[in-house]
Amino acid sequence: MDLSAINPVLLIASLMVAATPILIAAIGELVVEKSGVLNLGVEGMMITGAIAGFATAVETGSPLIGFLAAAVAGAALSVLFGFLTLVAQANQVASGLALTLFGLGLSALMGQSYVGVKPPQMSDIHIPVLSDLPVIGPILFGHDIILYFGIALTAAVWALLKFSRAGLVLRAVGENHDAAHALGYKVIRIRLMAIMFGGACAGIGGAYISLIRVPQWTEGMTAGVGWIALALVVFASWKPWRALLGAYLFGGVTVVQLNLQAAGVAIPVEYLAMSPYVITIIVLVILSADKSSAPAALGRNFHASR
Amino acid sequence: MIRLEKRPQPSRVWSMATPLVAVLATMIAGGLLFAALGKNPVEAIRTIFWDPLFGEFAFYYRPQLLVKGAPLVLIAIGLSLGFRAGIWNIGAEGQYIMGAICGAGAGLALYPTDSALIFPLMVVAGALGGWAWAMIPAVLKTRFGTNEILVSLMLVYVAEQFLASVSLGLLKNPEGFGFPGSRNLQSWDSAHNAELITGTGMHWGVVAALIAVIFAYVLLNRHMLGYHIRLTGEAPRAARFAGVNPTRLVLFCLGTSGALAGLAGLFEVSGPSGQISIDFNVGYGFTAIIVAFLGRLHPVGILLAGGLMALTYIGGDIAQSNMGLPSAAIQVFQGMLLFFLLALDLLTNFRIALSKPEVV
Repeated sequence: MDLSAINPVLLIASLMVAATPILIAAIGELVVEKSGVLNLGVEGMMITGAIAGFATAVETGSPLIGFLAAAVAGAALSVLFGFLTLVAQANQVASGLALTLFGLGLSALMGQSYVGVKPPQMSDIHIPVLSDLPVIGPILFGHDIILYFGIALTAAVWALLKFSRAGLVLRAVGENHDAAHALGYKVIRIRLMAIMFGGACAGIGGAYISLIRVPQWTEGMTAGVGWIALALVVFASWKPWRALLGAYLFGGVTVVQLNLQAAGVAIPVEYLAMSPYVITIIVLVILSADKSSAPAALGRNFHASR
Repeated sequence: MIRLEKRPQPSRVWSMATPLVAVLATMIAGGLLFAALGKNPVEAIRTIFWDPLFGEFAFYYRPQLLVKGAPLVLIAIGLSLGFRAGIWNIGAEGQYIMGAICGAGAGLALYPTDSALIFPLMVVAGALGGWAWAMIPAVLKTRFGTNEILVSLMLVYVAEQFLASVSLGLLKNPEGFGFPGSRNLQSWDSAHNAELITGTGMHWGVVAALIAVIFAYVLLNRHMLGYHIRLTGEAPRAARFAGVNPTRLVLFCLGTSGALAGLAGLFEVSGPSGQISIDFNVGYGFTAIIVAFLGRLHPVGILLAGGLMALTYIGGDIAQSNMGLPSAAIQVFQGMLLFFLLALDLLTNFRIALSKPEVV
């Protein structure tokens, strides 16, 4: 065992990389839940985004186009969920599960010829002076553009929900869809847009895993990240900045356990590998008591019957 | 313009018909998928749905139907009780794994003793293992209000890691030349879940699945607890006024489904699969969710749905070896089935009416 091999600067830098897919997916789901819809299909949309982004990046040679394709794939899959829950009035929990099961199969099918392929690399941004700074440089200024996109997305969603009219309408729909409907807001349309936004975010988050974090394609490679993102929304009590905090916490757990594995700590590898899930459960238990900011209409279907 | 009108009563006819229509729709959509993969769609569908039952080698495949269907039915019956009451146990896969580990572990601890009591002991340990694993989300839900969907699911990943750990360590076969995995229970008579009638595929798991179906049917239709489960699902507020204790209901539903999933795991590991190994589990816990919905959360429906889903597994295997159809295609096929079913459920609860566009 050699803990001195762990470099704290690299640890924090890789923590941010590990946190980004969870963060982007969670921010997307946060918007969906704010509109009053519970989409449990995050895992399915992420894995579909992971393969769609990977395949596109390999074929076109451009990771950015890959991310774009991942967003489109995630959003397209989420439309299925939107149709089931908004139009066909299907149960949201069951539809979300269906989306995950379907997404896992679909991604395995699409990914068959991409196992073992290396994707084109996404270059890190180098800002001349800033990224050369000791300690702060590699932590803050030496990452890929999607990582910064994740942070910008958090800020944008926070500002949108808090200050804009669109955010107000979205929250109104999530709190009381009947009242919002009576006021003349198009509940179904707003919710569908939120669902598609969530799908696009989940897709990008998935592609981040297959294109940057790992980078390769293996079946079922998201391994529960989508579910952790769902837990993160509860943890964040539907507040964007707390989602960022939570994502970094989970990213930290993942990275630290990987580093401990590499350093050969006396704890068996399997127990280290289960730690992110165990910690998610513990955090859920601690924070579940606070449901005060949960959207009131969360999980309830809307049908304009009159 | 097409408009939806809520039916005063869910349509009985459509409730029975939707699974059949969903299967047909899935066959068509699946056929298109197979065609897109460059396979003959008609042949693919025939291989999946006809050959295992009536094809040339059906005598070999028919017993497999029971072998694959039993764990699905067993797990789905448990899940359906919770689903009916709005209690979502999504972690059956984890409970299945833990049941298998506990049951096999209890048996292996006594190796190589020969006794008729070993197998029953393993059955009890398997059920307890699954039950205990399901009690974690149940207790966290009742004590702290934690979401049981997320917790039970997280526990699947924990159980998978635990399975890897015991296959490489605690339960590893000391005579296994260093390979991961436990002793093969099939070659130890006291622990072997053998075929009860040779050539039929009938083993104790099948018997347990049939008992579970009858038990669930009686519970739901003839017992107060079953009435409470149904009432909670349909009208939670009314249920509270009627004196339903939600805590006890959560503990019962999650516990029962956990125990049944644990049993399924034990019967699988001591029978068809034979040993604890890193990936002996093949996703029955997740497929059972589809089975539960396809069976309309009704015991008899689940029995039929389990058979159908087993058929897609077996037919999928045949299509894989004969036609080179990728195994993931069957997974997509099963996912599609759930989609169609959920979408077509619309017809059960709503009437489609044609009317002039309203001013909204």
